Amino acid sequence: MIEVRRLNKSFGDLQVLKDVDLKVEKGEVVCLIGASGSGKSTLLRCINFLEQGQSGEIWIEGRLVEGKKDNLAKIRQEVGMVFQLFNLFPHKTVLGNVIEAPVMVKKVPVKQATEEAVTLLEKVGLADKAGSYPSQLSGGQKQRVAIARALAMHPKVMLFDEPTSALDPELVGEVLTVIKQLAREGMTMIVVTHEMAFAREVAEWVVYMDEGRIVEISKPAQMFDEPREARTREFLSRVLQKTDQNSETRSA
Amino acid sequence: MGIVEYFIYFYGLLVNSGPIFTQATILTLRLTATALLLGIVIGLFFAMLKISKNRVFNCIADAYITIIRGTPLIVQIFWIYFGLAPILDIPAFWAASLALAVHNGAYIAEIFRGGIQSINRGQMEAALSLGMTYLLAMRRIILPQAFKRCIPPLGNQFIIGLKDSSLAAFVTMPELFMIAMRRANRWPGDALEYYTIAGLYYLALVVVFTFLVKKLESRLDVDK
Repeated sequence: MIEVRRLNKSFGDLQVLKDVDLKVEKGEVVCLIGASGSGKSTLLRCINFLEQGQSGEIWIEGRLVEGKKDNLAKIRQEVGMVFQLFNLFPHKTVLGNVIEAPVMVKKVPVKQATEEAVTLLEKVGLADKAGSYPSQLSGGQKQRVAIARALAMHPKVMLFDEPTSALDPELVGEVLTVIKQLAREGMTMIVVTHEMAFAREVAEWVVYMDEGRIVEISKPAQMFDEPREARTREFLSRVLQKTDQNSETRSA
Repeated sequence: MGIVEYFIYFYGLLVNSGPIFTQATILTLRLTATALLLGIVIGLFFAMLKISKNRVFNCIADAYITIIRGTPLIVQIFWIYFGLAPILDIPAFWAASLALAVHNGAYIAEIFRGGIQSINRGQMEAALSLGMTYLLAMRRIILPQAFKRCIPPLGNQFIIGLKDSSLAAFVTMPELFMIAMRRANRWPGDALEYYTIAGLYYLALVVVFTFLVKKLESRLDVDK
């Protein structure tokens, strides 16, 4: 479905991705974890060519995508993306956000696009907000609209770039619930996340990245219970400890 | 003459010159509207060149903006009226409008560039990630938001453009300032009064225009 081969990416002198290889099969959910600055978001952004690597290959559905030559807009229609900061269009209503791309890009008639949008908004639990503007929504609601907006293009794969990192703790759950449901429906997804419990629950594979390299790719049980690499273990003990502290302070 | 008599006298001049100044006002508005509409198109075009990643486009936009901002408007009007217009057989109205458009376009280009660049990069990324092309994303997502932020500085530029249209008097346009000049030449004793009257017309136009911009701004504020 998606294959990344020996991808290298630098910003100026800083090399953020080093010989990254990653393969995601149809219907799989892959979670990328790692410290900030480890390159996981950049990897995600390279997959739909919001960034372009200096070398390496991106294969989507068995086809090599060439960033300079190919019609990237066409390819991106198949690859939905959800951003950390939602990036809803503030000048459009919730409904307007969801139907924008189907109508303008795929030329779906407005009526049909609207019907589909309402179904999608029901799915993310926001049918009653169709006429609201993004500024009137909470962060969790915004992110659910962003998910509906991406789904409206019927993508073959969804990329989530830290979808809950900008949310207040009490709003994280509602967004994760939607993503989990997508996973159950068999959507192929790559999710950059700091939510370890979520990764353990939904991921087929968990990928740990550090300093631009993939350190370990394991099944969740192995990754979280007996990671193979020392660096993974160290990272996990650090974040899991922090999570425990957080939940203690929250319950206190 | 006492102050009261003077005001009565001035009022007489104002009323008597009313019809001809009203006609001149219409020409001033036509000149300004044409110039600003063209100026918006020119400005948008050069703003796009300026934010493009293509170096050649950037250089073209920079050269245009530098030359226009660096030379007096009256020189630009003469370039087009005496230089370009005879060759291309452009009538005086269009020569004046074009010069004003090219001039305002440089400032409007900078206003648009600022507006476009003030829109969060995530907006373009979200649009692209949905499969939109760069130009479609610009038209549907970036520009509508940028335009809104541009309204206050654009309104300001329009006011400047309205007043700058008075320089079209020097290429035979019988707009407000030209009429004041003609009357001042014919009746030198009332020169100051006629220039003041022209000034009052401009002032009235600016006040009305400012009010309309304010209205527009608050009407477009719905989603914020």
